[in-house]
Amino acid sequence: MDLGSYLALPFAQHALIAGTLIAVTCGVLSPFVLIRQMAFAVHGAAELSFTGAAAGLVLFGDPVIGALCGSVVVAGLIGSLGDRPRERDSSIGVVLAGGLGLGVLLLSQYQGFASAATSILFGDIFAISSGQIWLLVVLAVLVLAGLSLLYRPLLFASVDPELASASGIPTRLLGIAFLLLLAVTVTEAAQVVGTLLVLSLAIIPGATAQRLATAPLAATAVSVGVALVATDGGLLLALNGTTVPPTVFVTGISVSAYVLARLVGPRLAARRARALEVARRLS
Amino acid sequence: MTALVELSGVTAGYGGRPVLRDLDVAVEAGEFIAVLGPNGSGKTTLIRVLLGLLEASEGSVAIDGLEPRHARHLIGYVPQHRGFDADLPLRGRDLVELGLTGTRPGLPIRRTGVRRQVDEVLELVGASEFAAAPVGLLSGGEQQRLRIAQALLGDPRLLLLDEPLLALDPGAQAGITELIDERRRSTGLAVLFVTHEINPILPVVDRVLYLVDGRAALGRPDEVMTTETLSMLYGAPVEVLDVGGRTLVLAGDGEVNGLLGHHHHDHEHGFDHDHDDEARHH
Repeated sequence: MDLGSYLALPFAQHALIAGTLIAVTCGVLSPFVLIRQMAFAVHGAAELSFTGAAAGLVLFGDPVIGALCGSVVVAGLIGSLGDRPRERDSSIGVVLAGGLGLGVLLLSQYQGFASAATSILFGDIFAISSGQIWLLVVLAVLVLAGLSLLYRPLLFASVDPELASASGIPTRLLGIAFLLLLAVTVTEAAQVVGTLLVLSLAIIPGATAQRLATAPLAATAVSVGVALVATDGGLLLALNGTTVPPTVFVTGISVSAYVLARLVGPRLAARRARALEVARRLS
Repeated sequence: MTALVELSGVTAGYGGRPVLRDLDVAVEAGEFIAVLGPNGSGKTTLIRVLLGLLEASEGSVAIDGLEPRHARHLIGYVPQHRGFDADLPLRGRDLVELGLTGTRPGLPIRRTGVRRQVDEVLELVGASEFAAAPVGLLSGGEQQRLRIAQALLGDPRLLLLDEPLLALDPGAQAGITELIDERRRSTGLAVLFVTHEINPILPVVDRVLYLVDGRAALGRPDEVMTTETLSMLYGAPVEVLDVGGRTLVLAGDGEVNGLLGHHHHDHEHGFDHDHDDEARHH
């Protein structure tokens, strides 16, 4: 089968739609993850969606609701344990370890078909139902709307916390709100595409944008662009008659984009430094 | 007539432990006041009280007749300097603009009115030339100019600066001092300038507020910066020396307060040295 006939199939269409939704959401979140030094929180939230799913299976027989509720609990726990980066890392570590242990315990008590929970750790973007697509659409709209509202105060609180809180921004609450958006996105994305892919989509695009862009919205745009190209490009490559899983291509493209940015970044920085030197001499 | 800032009998602190005790201060419009004192003496606490971030447990605070939490629009604030990462995607003018629009919800899309206000204030502090560069590439002095531009947006009546000269070379220190002095003379802006280091600003200072362990001495520099006044304030022998036109404060254990780069730590009074630092995280 060639690519064209694959694209006519529902599983391929679902994969592209889901991938695009996740890419846009993660792409918008990613620069904030980097500025706020929260890569580890992404990792924690992604893996803990396993615990939430296990709890959901045991309690309601449904992993998705469990994972979503779990992400809210995780965000609340991490957010209330400490908002300084150093403190945060250790509290995420504790919540992550404890949470995974709890997940294993829950799963050991569950008599049914457990692969619904374990598949969260790996995900399968080529096995998405239309129900999942709708859930993704709703979540993407909610998260993007929330982030567009919070964008400016969140940027202020992230780059300039002292002045932001002196200006009346509830920085701690805002941090928890961001964690919540992040955890919901990461959990839902992990459910659909797997933990590995979430890590490449929530961290790498922002890291790439930081090397290239100098303004906040430009960084967001670059980040979304990288996430989209990596996800949709990766899916199309995987559909194009190979047996290699799409995760490999998506991760491969995003890592390549990052490496490219690391190579180009220093030249850009040097050029900016020269421009700054010229501007200083003019003043 | 009433002063712009009036603190009377103010006691404030954290967890029932007062850092400021029974403080009386009145600041007139256009006044330049240096706030000095060892770490943990209440300098940052005073700023937090004026910003309305910490409520006085006793006494009253009024800024132009308003309670601090209703007076935020009258205050420009330059927090203690933190550097910026070189790869932070934020230009100088983005930082300044956040001072004006950062509390509003939405995306940072620039309106013409905001752009004009930011341009004006950048011009005012001499930052127009480098405002398009990422903040992380700028020197400490340049970043501090942006900070001041940010604080001057919205035409405040009171400017609070927390250690604005820290980590700046003498040339940049003089530039920043001159900028603030010029501004308060031309607009009647009142300035509270927290510093470890009085010498760079001594020529422009009207009065000194010297805090030790929550108690204060307030007056002209030549009244406060004397062996008698400071010994009484510290409750221990302190010597104030004039060395080549610079004022040096020698505390009991021989540490120097007033030299470039030396931060005074007083071990005899049992101060909590990290208190100012801690306070910011409350």
